[in-house]
Amino acid sequence: MKNTISERIFDFLKNYPPLNLIPNATLLEISQNVEIQYFEKDQIIFSQNDHPHEHFYIINQGSVRLYRFIENEKHVLDICDEGDLFGLRPLIMNENYLMGSSANEETILYGIPISLFHDIILNYPKVSQFLIASFATNTREPFSEKHKGKLFANVAAIQKIEHGFSEIQSANYNKNPITCSPDTTIQTACLIMTKKFINSIIVTENEIPIGIITDKDIRTKIGTGLYTIINKVSDIMTSPVVTFPQNITVAEAQIMILKHKVSHLCITKDGSNKTELVGILTQQDLILTQGNSPSLLTKEIKNAKDAETLKYIRAKASDLTRGYFEQEIPIYFVTKVISEINTAITKKAIRMSISEIGKQPPVSFSWLALGSQGRKEQLLMTDQDNALVFENVNPAEYNSVKNYFLELAEKVTEKLNIVGFDYCPANIMATNPKWCISFDEWKQQFKEWITDPIPEKILLSIIFFDFELIYGDETLYNKMADSVFETIEKNQIFLGFLGKVTLDNPPPLGFFKQFLVEQDGENKDSFDIKSRAIRPLVDAARILSLHYKLRANNTIARYEKLMEIEPQNSELFESCANAFKILLQFRTSQGLANNDNGKFVDINSLNKADRLKLKSCFKPIKNVQEAIKMRFRTSQIPQV
Amino acid sequence: MISWFKYKNYPHYWKQYSKKFKQKQPKSIENNRFVIFDTETTGLDFKNDRILSIGAISIFNNIIDVADSFEIYLKQEEFKADTVEIHGILKEGKLTKLSEAEAMEKFINYIGNSVLVAHHTAFDIEMINAALKRLDLPKLKNKTIDTGILYKKLEGKKDNHFNLDALCKEFNIPKNDRHTAAGDAFITALLFLKILATLKKQRNLHYSDLFRVSGQEGLL
Repeated sequence: MKNTISERIFDFLKNYPPLNLIPNATLLEISQNVEIQYFEKDQIIFSQNDHPHEHFYIINQGSVRLYRFIENEKHVLDICDEGDLFGLRPLIMNENYLMGSSANEETILYGIPISLFHDIILNYPKVSQFLIASFATNTREPFSEKHKGKLFANVAAIQKIEHGFSEIQSANYNKNPITCSPDTTIQTACLIMTKKFINSIIVTENEIPIGIITDKDIRTKIGTGLYTIINKVSDIMTSPVVTFPQNITVAEAQIMILKHKVSHLCITKDGSNKTELVGILTQQDLILTQGNSPSLLTKEIKNAKDAETLKYIRAKASDLTRGYFEQEIPIYFVTKVISEINTAITKKAIRMSISEIGKQPPVSFSWLALGSQGRKEQLLMTDQDNALVFENVNPAEYNSVKNYFLELAEKVTEKLNIVGFDYCPANIMATNPKWCISFDEWKQQFKEWITDPIPEKILLSIIFFDFELIYGDETLYNKMADSVFETIEKNQIFLGFLGKVTLDNPPPLGFFKQFLVEQDGENKDSFDIKSRAIRPLVDAARILSLHYKLRANNTIARYEKLMEIEPQNSELFESCANAFKILLQFRTSQGLANNDNGKFVDINSLNKADRLKLKSCFKPIKNVQEAIKMRFRTSQIPQV
Repeated sequence: MISWFKYKNYPHYWKQYSKKFKQKQPKSIENNRFVIFDTETTGLDFKNDRILSIGAISIFNNIIDVADSFEIYLKQEEFKADTVEIHGILKEGKLTKLSEAEAMEKFINYIGNSVLVAHHTAFDIEMINAALKRLDLPKLKNKTIDTGILYKKLEGKKDNHFNLDALCKEFNIPKNDRHTAAGDAFITALLFLKILATLKKQRNLHYSDLFRVSGQEGLL
C-alpha cells in the first residue's frame, strides 16, 4: 500500500547518520512509525531529570538547545540543527535525561520510537558503533571529517599544542567546594549537604583536605547504625583523599577516577594532600564534559555475569578505540583507557574463576600481565601473555597449591580467550606449569636468564621483564621486581646482551633511504612496523629502565622518567617517546583499517605525508641504538 | 417509519460509526483525536465529479502520528483528462484502487468520531457526502475545522483569505507532495499544529473556540 507521508519522512531520515546506516526496508518501517511534534521557540521538549520519553528525536526543521542546570545556573551545552539526533542516550541507558532541551526557534521534531530502535542497535553493529563513539565523544557525527579533533564538541573544541601530543583539555571542576572541620558533627555536615544539594563534603584542617564524606558513607556507616549522627565527621570520613593539581585534564581525571575507583577528586594547590584545597571534581562533572564511556564500560565489567558479557564489553571498547582514533585523541590517553579496561576484564575473569572453583586461593598470589599488556601498550586484541606467582609453600603442600593455581589459570585463560584474547602460541601463559610457580622458583628462573644469556633465554626475559601486576598480592609483585633488579645489578653484562638483541633490529631505512620492506612471504613489500620500528624503541627503553631500576613498564612512561634522570639526554628520550607515540598510532590505525594486528604496513598505500611522518620516527631509533651500543659496549659482546 | 426502515438497512460499519457519536466526547484539545484529510477529485462539481484519492493523518495530544495515517485510491468511471496534470492520478495507474463503496467503508472506519480538519473543509466534506449519498448513506456526523477559517482567528488575519500554498509560505512549511491527497493532508496537519500553537500563545484557547465560526457562509 502506498504511503506518501512515510516515504517523505524516509527521504528525510535517510540523509542523516546513523539512520543512513540502516537498510532501506527497515528505515521505511521506522518512517511509518514516526511521531511528529511542533515546538514554539523556547518551548521545552524535555527537562533535565525527566523520565525518558518513549521516543528520541531528530530535528526536521529548526534547532534545539541542550542545557543543564548546575547549581541553579543554566549552561547551554549544545545547539542541535536540522538532521541532528538527540535524547537517545537516556533511553538506551534507561536513565533520566541528563540535560534539558528546548526549541531554539520554531522546530519540528520527528520522534522515533525507542522500541523499534533497540533491535536496530542489536542488528546493525555500524549503528551501535556510531552511537557508542558519539556518546563517548559527544559529537553527533564522530566519524566525519569536520569533527576531527573535536572530542568535546559540547564544551569546547580540544586545543592542540604544537606537537599535538598532550591532552590539554582541562576538566571543569567546582572551584568552591563545600567543607567542614574534622570535629563537626555528622548531623551538621548532613544539614550542610542537604541545604547545598551536594552529595559530598570535604573535611579540611587549615584548608588542607584530610577526608571526604559522601552519601555512601552516610548510608553504610550511619544508616547501618555503626555510628550515630552525633559522632564527628572524622569518625566516618574516607581518608586520605585522592588529590590532583589544578591543571587537571579530562583524560587525567578520567584515569584517576578509574584507577582509584573514587567518584570525587580533590584539587589542591600543588596536587598533593599537603596543600590547600582549591576545588572538587566529581565523576558527574566528567560525565558532563564527556560521554565518559570508559568508566561506564568498567562499571559494566564489574556487573558482568559471564565471559560472553565481557566479550561484548571488550567489543565496545574496540569501538571506542576506533572512535578515539577518528578523533585523533592522543595515543597515550587511548592506551591508558584501553589498558584499564583490559585490566578490569582480566580482574573480573579471575574473580569469576575463583568463585567457580568455590575455594579461596590457598596462599597469596599475583596474576601478571607480560609483554605489551604488561607495558600497557595494547590497543588491538592480541595474544594473551600472562604468568602467575604464588607465595612459597613447604614441599608437602606444593603440589596441591600449584594445582589450585593451574586450575585457576585454566579457567581465567579460557575466559580471556572467549573475550577475544587468543591463547599464546608460544604457551607463555599461567596455564603452563613453567610459568605458574612460587616466588623462589621465579627468583631462580630470573637468575638463570640473567647469568646465562643465551638467545632463547634473552627472548623470554624480554617478555617476562615487562611484567605488571593485574590482580593479587602487591608485596609479592614488588619482591619479584626487586629480585630482577638485584640480579641484574650483579650481572651488568646481561644488559649488554640485551642491547645486542635490540640492535639486531637495525634502523628501518635502507642504503638509499628507502624503507626496508619484507623480501618474501605473504607480506612481501610491506613494512614490518612492529619489528623494525616499534620493538627497537621498546627494547631500548627496557634496557635503560632495567639499568636505572625504574618501576615503569610503559615505554612512554619509561622515556619520560629517563628524561628526568638524564637531563643532558632529555632531547633524545623525548624524540623517542614521540616517535613511539606516532608509530603506535600508525600501527593501531592500520590494524583498525585492515582488521588485523597492524603489524605490517603496506608502503604503497601510504601518502607522501604519512611516509615522511614515518621516516621522521627513524632518526630517534638510530640515535637511541647508537647510545645503547656505546653505553653497554655491545661490540664486546660475542655474537649471540 | 421510513427512516427507521432505512436505518435497519445501513451496513454494519455505518451503525458502528453512528454509535460512536452517542458517547460523550472529551472537551479539550489534548484529549481529542483530529483527523486531517484531503481529497483529490476529478473536478470541483459535487454532482458530476468523483473522488480519486483520500489521504489523512491523525493528531492526538499535539502529536502527528505517522503510524495512524490513511491513504487510498479509488476506481472511478468518471475521469477527466484535464485534471490529471494537477493530481497526477491516471485512470489505469499502477496504484491499487478501491471501489467507492470499499473506500467509504475504510474511511468511515478510520475517522470514527474524530474531529475532521481540512483546508477548506466544506469542499472535501461535500465530496465525501456526495459519495455517501450514492451509497444511500447519510451525511458525515463529525465536527469539522477549516484551517482556512482557523487561520483567520489569528490576530490581524481576519480579512485574509489564503490558499494552502500561500499559508505554507507564511508558516515555513516545505511543499512536498503538494496535490497528492496524503501530501496535502500532511502539510495541512503541520499547518494546523502551527496555527494552534500561535493561537495558544495569543489567547487562552479552549477546545470550543476551534468551532466558533464567524463567517463560514460564502465559502461553499
